[in-house]
Amino acid sequence: MSTADHQPEQLYAAREPIFPRRVSGKFRNLKWVIMAITLGIYYITPWLRWDRGPNLPDQAVLVDLANRRFFFFFIEIWPHEFYFIAGLLIMAGLGLFLFTSALGRVWCGYTCPQTVWTDLFILVERWVEGDRNARLRLHRQKKLDMHKARLRITKWVLWFLIGLATGGAWVFYFTDAPTLLNDLVHFRAHPVAYVTMGILTMTTFVFGGFMREQICIYACPWPRIQAAMMDEDTITVAYRDWRGEPRGKLRKTEDEAPAGDCIDCMACVNVCPMGIDIRNGQQMECITCALCIDACDDMMAKIGKPRGLIDYIALSDETLERAGNQPRPIMKHVFRPRVILYTTLWSLVGVGLIVALLTRQAIDMTVAPVRNPTFVVLSDGSIRNTYDVRLRNKHGEDRGFVVTVAPSDVFEVKLEGYDGNVTDVPSDSTKLQRVYVIAAPGTDAAEAERTDLYITVEDPKAAEQVTKETVFNGKEN
Amino acid sequence: MSKKPEKKEVETTGHSWDGIEEFNNPLPRWWLWTFYACIFWGVLYTIAYPAWPLLSGATPGVLGFSTRQNVAAEIAAVEEANASINEQLASADLTQISANPELQSYASNAGAAVFRTWCAQCHGSGASGAKGYPNLLDDDWLWGGSIEDIHTTITHGIRNETDADARFSQMPAFGTDELLEKEQIRQVVNYVMSLSGEPNDPALVEEGSVVFADNCATCHGETGTGDRTQGAPNLTDAIWLYGGDYDTLITTVTKARYGVMPNWNARLSDAEIAAVATYVHGLGGGE
Repeated sequence: MSTADHQPEQLYAAREPIFPRRVSGKFRNLKWVIMAITLGIYYITPWLRWDRGPNLPDQAVLVDLANRRFFFFFIEIWPHEFYFIAGLLIMAGLGLFLFTSALGRVWCGYTCPQTVWTDLFILVERWVEGDRNARLRLHRQKKLDMHKARLRITKWVLWFLIGLATGGAWVFYFTDAPTLLNDLVHFRAHPVAYVTMGILTMTTFVFGGFMREQICIYACPWPRIQAAMMDEDTITVAYRDWRGEPRGKLRKTEDEAPAGDCIDCMACVNVCPMGIDIRNGQQMECITCALCIDACDDMMAKIGKPRGLIDYIALSDETLERAGNQPRPIMKHVFRPRVILYTTLWSLVGVGLIVALLTRQAIDMTVAPVRNPTFVVLSDGSIRNTYDVRLRNKHGEDRGFVVTVAPSDVFEVKLEGYDGNVTDVPSDSTKLQRVYVIAAPGTDAAEAERTDLYITVEDPKAAEQVTKETVFNGKEN
Repeated sequence: MSKKPEKKEVETTGHSWDGIEEFNNPLPRWWLWTFYACIFWGVLYTIAYPAWPLLSGATPGVLGFSTRQNVAAEIAAVEEANASINEQLASADLTQISANPELQSYASNAGAAVFRTWCAQCHGSGASGAKGYPNLLDDDWLWGGSIEDIHTTITHGIRNETDADARFSQMPAFGTDELLEKEQIRQVVNYVMSLSGEPNDPALVEEGSVVFADNCATCHGETGTGDRTQGAPNLTDAIWLYGGDYDTLITTVTKARYGVMPNWNARLSDAEIAAVATYVHGLGGGE
């Protein structure tokens, strides 16, 4: 082990501004499409309507925190069904593993909100201040004249409006969107709505406008985690240095010294939103947005060289290509055991969730035996147990639930507050019903320490029933 | 110098383990400023809120924040919010509370809180009682199980000296006061045990029935079913406040029992008494 013989020159580094140049090409087009889709989903979803009947909200996607309900089109999830959310989160995690091991950081490059909004902010920046060279000039111009001030303020106002729309769209997911919009513009919405909008507006403004790649490099844990999920078969953005090097100016004649395909035009560096040089090899900063591929392909076409000096490549192909062999087909890289394992796990969770979704009932019950005391002796010597039964009615109308116990020849059932064995459960709610179960004196159940007991609730109208097993405590406790 | 210097190789710390080196990248400057901002925020926070420990207590903070005051304010707010329903409860006809779902729900929840605070010490947190302290869950009541009877019992208590309206009765100590011979006590206990079908000596039952008719029937009734106006327990059922075995009954008849309950009108408001009466009545044995 050696020791450092000098300290770094600076402990803290200022951010180096990045001015990505405009680029066009197939990956840029793909990114535009993905941006339109993802932003479209985000902004439009709260405004979709879905008729659920008179007692339930008609917003297609609604996180109703106050009433503890989550609505997603035809699906309604209650807090006790949180496993659906947990399952979706597990699927999201596995999906990220899957895509990362197969295609590298595609999440970062194409769909991550930080990338999408930064892209949008850069689009606005370019629209207001011009392309890279104009922005660089503006940046280097020390004097703040009217021209610079006007451009800066226009840009910031547009950014702020985008941020406001972002924070604004977020709050619509949590309450009825048209009502909230009306309240917001009349300044009578709940302060929480304004505070949430304010925070999200500022984070969008700052993260998309000023922090950009700093978030990816310093704030986000993903770049570091994802590196651990990539291997030599992962398809990622790389520079074919055996083809490009030695780089140098374009040869005018055949007589000059032999050079690689890279003409050192800096196009790949100038378009990079992370401000790196992909020719230095794989770097933690690279979000694999593929814009350098577009830029380089464009240049190769202009100088009459084949495309793909910078390209999606699996690292295991590098040695093959360097030796002049054909790379293995992309599908061979993608369909490997690790990816198949992730796909299988992901699908299993998905199938499990769908099965759970399709087989669940609109009524449900939990039974909690009252254990303080475990039993009560009545004056005729019979033994009574009490159960706290929570009945859930997910229908949009009030229902009468029939409560029965088995074995019925041993136990008698009584409901608190009712003469018969039918209890009313209001629509879309949970009801706590006390259920008394009585065993006659001298019977086995009254004398034994524990007897198995089955409580069944039935909704005759929907022909649904739920049975739960519990125990009856007799005298011999 | 207008041109930027050539980008240098990344610094390393110089530490090298098996050829693996550690980068020594500088932190971003904005991170440093965030760090300073947090320190500044922390200082402001300790000025604004209670923070620095002193010999007794802590610096109060210029905002005057106090969790104790917040709790007091919250309690006051809740009490104010409940004022009208408490008034309604205090003046309600007890038998009509159950007809009003809102009042019933409030009364049984408030009653449960009152019960846990004031009643659970003797009657148990589950209201199942203990030896000498009646089980409130069953369907046997010494002084009556209607909500009005329960309300009266809670209001005035039982056998206490502080409330002239307290329910009052006293069983004679037949042995200690030499009202009955020991043999007679054995006879009457066997008779009482025969009433509820417990194991007994049939040879003594016949004589015991005579002792019972002469000494006990006045209060416990000729058939032993008790008398709620005097708090005399029903001796024919399966429920025994002090125990239904032979030895316990001998003790009970010899020395008598004298269970006492305080009058809660001295401590609880009318609304609280109505609430706890509703709660106890709703425990499963109310009549």
